[in-house]
Amino acid sequence: MKPQRKRKLVQIGLVVAGLGTAVGLGLYALSTNINLFYPPAKVAAGEAPVGTTIRVGGMVVDDSVVRASDSLKVSFAVTDYAEQVTIRYEGILPDLFREGQGIVAEGQLNADRELIATQVLAKHDEQYMPPEIAESLQNQESKSVY
Amino acid sequence: MARRWQWFHRWGSSPYVYRQGAKWQTGLGFVGLTLLAVGWIWGLAFAPIDYQQGNSYRIIFLHVPVAFLAQSMYIGFAAAGLVLLVWKMKLADAAIEAGLVVGAWVTFLALVTGAIWGKPTWGTYWVWDARLTSMLILLFLYVGAMALRGALPRDAAGKAVALLLVVGVINIPIIKYSVEWWNTLHQGATLKLTERPAMPASMWVPLVVSILAMYCLAGYWVLRRLRTQLLIREHSTGWAREALEREHGL
Repeated sequence: MKPQRKRKLVQIGLVVAGLGTAVGLGLYALSTNINLFYPPAKVAAGEAPVGTTIRVGGMVVDDSVVRASDSLKVSFAVTDYAEQVTIRYEGILPDLFREGQGIVAEGQLNADRELIATQVLAKHDEQYMPPEIAESLQNQESKSVY
Repeated sequence: MARRWQWFHRWGSSPYVYRQGAKWQTGLGFVGLTLLAVGWIWGLAFAPIDYQQGNSYRIIFLHVPVAFLAQSMYIGFAAAGLVLLVWKMKLADAAIEAGLVVGAWVTFLALVTGAIWGKPTWGTYWVWDARLTSMLILLFLYVGAMALRGALPRDAAGKAVALLLVVGVINIPIIKYSVEWWNTLHQGATLKLTERPAMPASMWVPLVVSILAMYCLAGYWVLRRLRTQLLIREHSTGWAREALEREHGL
């Protein structure tokens, strides 16, 4: 390679590396703002602000969903397998909402550190499978547990 | 001159690219359409439904190919930008000028199909999570590069756009790892180079076929625009006059 081309290549490499480092540090510093939601452990540790709109995400705890019989009010707990947060919501839940499913709820924490949600979004994982396989997996799992 | 660099220099010459490109263009278009027909009919009609999302997951056969393509094409244009800045190869500038609009459309399509998919599964069209936002930035990079090109005279524009594209490549790892570095609503990668896909073969095979199809079709589209671009840029040279007369009767 000709020396002036090599010099140019090095210059561009340095520019990209320098800007990359700057962007990387910026993103790292902003990571609490970039994270879409607080996991329950951070809420329990008191890191999530009370009285401002935040999002809390986690897995819906089995058997925690309680629905009111005369309204759309519902309450459930989400967990990150370390801590749990109770979420109260009134409205229609997304189709994918179910126990064991990941969700992200937006709302405000009350004094008891329960989230009064205004919106509940379903999060799904990267696993795709036909219903029959999901069923047989579940059967195997329940066999191995009991 | 070392033999391994010969292809590099041949593909740097406009008449060679115009001539050879015609064959590649036909081949890519034909293979792309065939693969797309196979991938989509297989994926949309024969692949099993998903246990959670039912049929609505089938938009994956459009969404994932265009999302992959949007990033791959960007890397390609950034590489062309580097070639222009370091080796001053005019062809790279023509390729960037011809291809940017294709990349912008593909990125737009990835965002729109993602929004359409998000409504029934997540419950919202849009959320400002790291994956969606960084993908929106990619669209702005494409559109910004096109605007920059339009705002300056050709020689200055070529260099400025190339530098913007090369620097903007920082965004690509951010898109890729956004779902791992931060909490996002968007799920992680299903297809990984190092691991088995997180879906059965009856789903991932048609998905991979659709991805290959979309790459071929994008290649066709860029090459077609590039060849036209070469004719426009070199319309007064001998080979271009000949080609215009032979193929268009001008």
